Amino acid sequence: MTPPLLDIQRLSVDFATRRGTVRAIDSISLSVAKGETLGIVGESGSGKSVTSYAVMNILDRAGKIAGGKISYGGMSMHKISERDMRDIRGREISMIFQNPRAALNPIRKVGQQIADVLVQHNQATRATGRAKAIEMLLAVKIKDAEKRYEAYPFELSGGMCQRVVIAMALACKPQLLIADEPTTGLDVTTQKAVMDLITELTAKFNMSTILITHDLGLAAAYCDRLLVMEKGHVVEQNTSEALFNSPQKAYTKQLLNATPHRDSYVRDLLTPEQQAQALALPASTEPGAALLSVKSLKKEFGKPGSGHHHVAVRDLSFDIRKGESLGLVGESGCGKSTTSSMIMRLLDTTEGSIEFLGQDIAAIPAKQFARHALRGKLQMVFQDPTDSLNPRWSAERSIVDPLLRLSPDMPAADRQARVLELASLVGLPVELLNRFPHQLSGGQKARVGIARAVAMEPELLILDEPTAALDVSVQAVVLNLLEDLKHRLGMSYLFISHDLNVVRLLCDRIIVMQHGEIVEQGHAHEIMDTPKTDYTRSLLAAIPHPPAADASITGNTELQDGAL
Amino acid sequence: MSLGVKSKRVLTRLLQAVPTVFGILVVCFILTRALPGDPAAYFAGDMADEASIEQVRENLGLDQPLPIQFVTYVGDLLQGDLGVAISTGQTVTQELAKRLPASLELTLGALLLALTIAVPLGVLAATRPNSWVDHLCRFLVTAGVSLPTFFTGLALLYVFYYLLGWAPPPMGRLDMMFLPPESITGFYTIDSLIAGDWALFKASLAQMALPLITLALFTLAPIARMTRAAMLQTLASDYVRTARAAGLSRRRVLITYAFRNALLPVITTLGMVFSFVLGANVLVEKVFAWPGIGSFAVEALVVSDYAAVQGFVLSMALLFVALNLLIDVTYTLIDPRVGEDS
Repeated sequence: MTPPLLDIQRLSVDFATRRGTVRAIDSISLSVAKGETLGIVGESGSGKSVTSYAVMNILDRAGKIAGGKISYGGMSMHKISERDMRDIRGREISMIFQNPRAALNPIRKVGQQIADVLVQHNQATRATGRAKAIEMLLAVKIKDAEKRYEAYPFELSGGMCQRVVIAMALACKPQLLIADEPTTGLDVTTQKAVMDLITELTAKFNMSTILITHDLGLAAAYCDRLLVMEKGHVVEQNTSEALFNSPQKAYTKQLLNATPHRDSYVRDLLTPEQQAQALALPASTEPGAALLSVKSLKKEFGKPGSGHHHVAVRDLSFDIRKGESLGLVGESGCGKSTTSSMIMRLLDTTEGSIEFLGQDIAAIPAKQFARHALRGKLQMVFQDPTDSLNPRWSAERSIVDPLLRLSPDMPAADRQARVLELASLVGLPVELLNRFPHQLSGGQKARVGIARAVAMEPELLILDEPTAALDVSVQAVVLNLLEDLKHRLGMSYLFISHDLNVVRLLCDRIIVMQHGEIVEQGHAHEIMDTPKTDYTRSLLAAIPHPPAADASITGNTELQDGAL
Repeated sequence: MSLGVKSKRVLTRLLQAVPTVFGILVVCFILTRALPGDPAAYFAGDMADEASIEQVRENLGLDQPLPIQFVTYVGDLLQGDLGVAISTGQTVTQELAKRLPASLELTLGALLLALTIAVPLGVLAATRPNSWVDHLCRFLVTAGVSLPTFFTGLALLYVFYYLLGWAPPPMGRLDMMFLPPESITGFYTIDSLIAGDWALFKASLAQMALPLITLALFTLAPIARMTRAAMLQTLASDYVRTARAAGLSRRRVLITYAFRNALLPVITTLGMVFSFVLGANVLVEKVFAWPGIGSFAVEALVVSDYAAVQGFVLSMALLFVALNLLIDVTYTLIDPRVGEDS
């Protein structure tokens, strides 16, 4: 067997923090063979990104390699000077990052940024840089490459920006590509397009790839071999099939379990211990009378005929009945957030009615709804649990806020009791109530956001991608909490997401939206099993398909070499 | 974004300045009238009786009601007439034309000196946190912020003129021995260079050195601080990480990727800094007997010379509006995102 392209032996990285030295990764070993695709999977804080920064030697000032060896193509990377390292970066090993728009220089033309890399590594001169950069833009399938060369990152969509970042990374035909959460924050369909592009190009140039992700399903679908990390340690590594179908370690099993897939129920996501403590869910409850009735809803931005005119939502009608959960699914820009803002009365409608508890709330101007009697019956849980909390308010202050504003006559003692009741309802330990958002974990912040939303005992809760920013194991717990609360408090949900697998877990019915219109609607299982439109089919197809269980697979790596 | 859109934006910005300037006219007009002191009594002299004071008042047009005085003032202004500075007997336009170059030479010179020191200093401090450069930067910033200009000016004079004798006496723009160069730009340093007179250039530079350093020390603090902060922020950004991961040279990462982005907040700060310098200028001109418009304005204010004070405020306002416009235009040229909804 030929020696591996990248070989890491007992690598440790320390970070100097205010509270002393923290070991981010502890003695990990891994190797990547020529042409192989390795997936590194782990939740936040597992050290998966730090590993890649250590390989590239771009750790920030506080980080130091504390021990171990990194060798690349037989060279010892830790002995290489910074000058030589610069030649390796971009030419031998390159990287693509999460949040592609921020990863590009906002005030430089994207084409020039690609040309910068080409010129740096002597692949082009100032004169030929432009032509070669356009060639790369074509290689990553950007249409109108000549024109796009002149574009600035803010003029391109997230998926387009990621293509530009890929073009930069692959411009000098490196041997190894490290992709650090390349599709987090992108739509499922864009995710598929980006991942397929990476797979196609790396296969074409016979490159090795390290895919770093928190999404086990994505990693399993695109990688030959997987490595699971937790808290700076390697938990388990094996071929994708073997790891996915017969995980050996408890942590891997838990991670696999918590990842929603097509056939799982919401309780399946929990660990056995958590399941033992969970409520018994009632068998299917028959939904009651219509709670919310949206008729011919329309929203236009800008004046018709002007350059800024844009119809975000056109002629949308649907009902949510009491006790029902409705999923609203679609890619970014389909109008689902505009719809939720209008129902929440944060945004005025252009046309149409929104009947809630028998009253047309579309007639109430958005500015006045904050003081309306129905305001407390309609609440929202937001996408980013951190940004949706006031950083200068304690958890208790955040939870008590709706009570102070919407029932100001409540005695202070009752209010205090209600906060404690809410905290126990959402499973937030009472001793955390005095903490500020930065002192809470992602899951705890999500609980604060949910407690705040249910404080007024709403009839309808709008959930706008409530788990998109959370790790899978935390997502599993939060989804279950939402399911419990729905039954306990008798609420209805409007669940907005681009991830059909997640929506399906909580929702009875699903509406699929595209270009501000309903493309398809029906029961969750109908949409998932027998989609009627091409658009829904494309959304379903874009969900990563991990390797299916196969009895013959034993975990032999050599079989998978160069499979992609 | 096309060039047409940009020039339209510039035009809009220019038009937006009109109400600002008009507002300044009104406020300045009312404020000068509200000041204690009677210019008529002052200019009639100590020996004047009631009748001659009234006579002077009538000559000055001060017997008219305020709105009419204002209309007359704006009417004259539109014809380019700023009135006559009673204390010197010359028109305000002449006075300003004579003194403005002196002030501008000092102000712009100080701004330029501050920029050439503060920007590299801020960049170096940001790239080497806690090194000696960083500490030097911190020291200069603290000193610049905490020491008032008149104090720095006097301290510099005491050391370099009185004790060491390196600097010439603080007696204006040029030593008595020299004649001013033929006026082309009005800046003695530049005009003497154009005339090819080295001795004159050195003399004018020597006169300017101390006031220039005084002002620059004051100006440098906010610029260096902003540069350092902005650089630290861009160096920690995702796009700088991308650039490093792509193996770009240190120079390219620092200049094209980090510094150009860091320039944006620095340019914004410059507008504010310029207004500080204009204010500080008045004191520095007093300390160094610099014949600029700052000292002219203080003298005019003391004697309630309305036309002169108004002329001074108006020219300062126009200068400030012009500089802010220049900054906005520069900003539009550097940042493609300006004027787009992203």
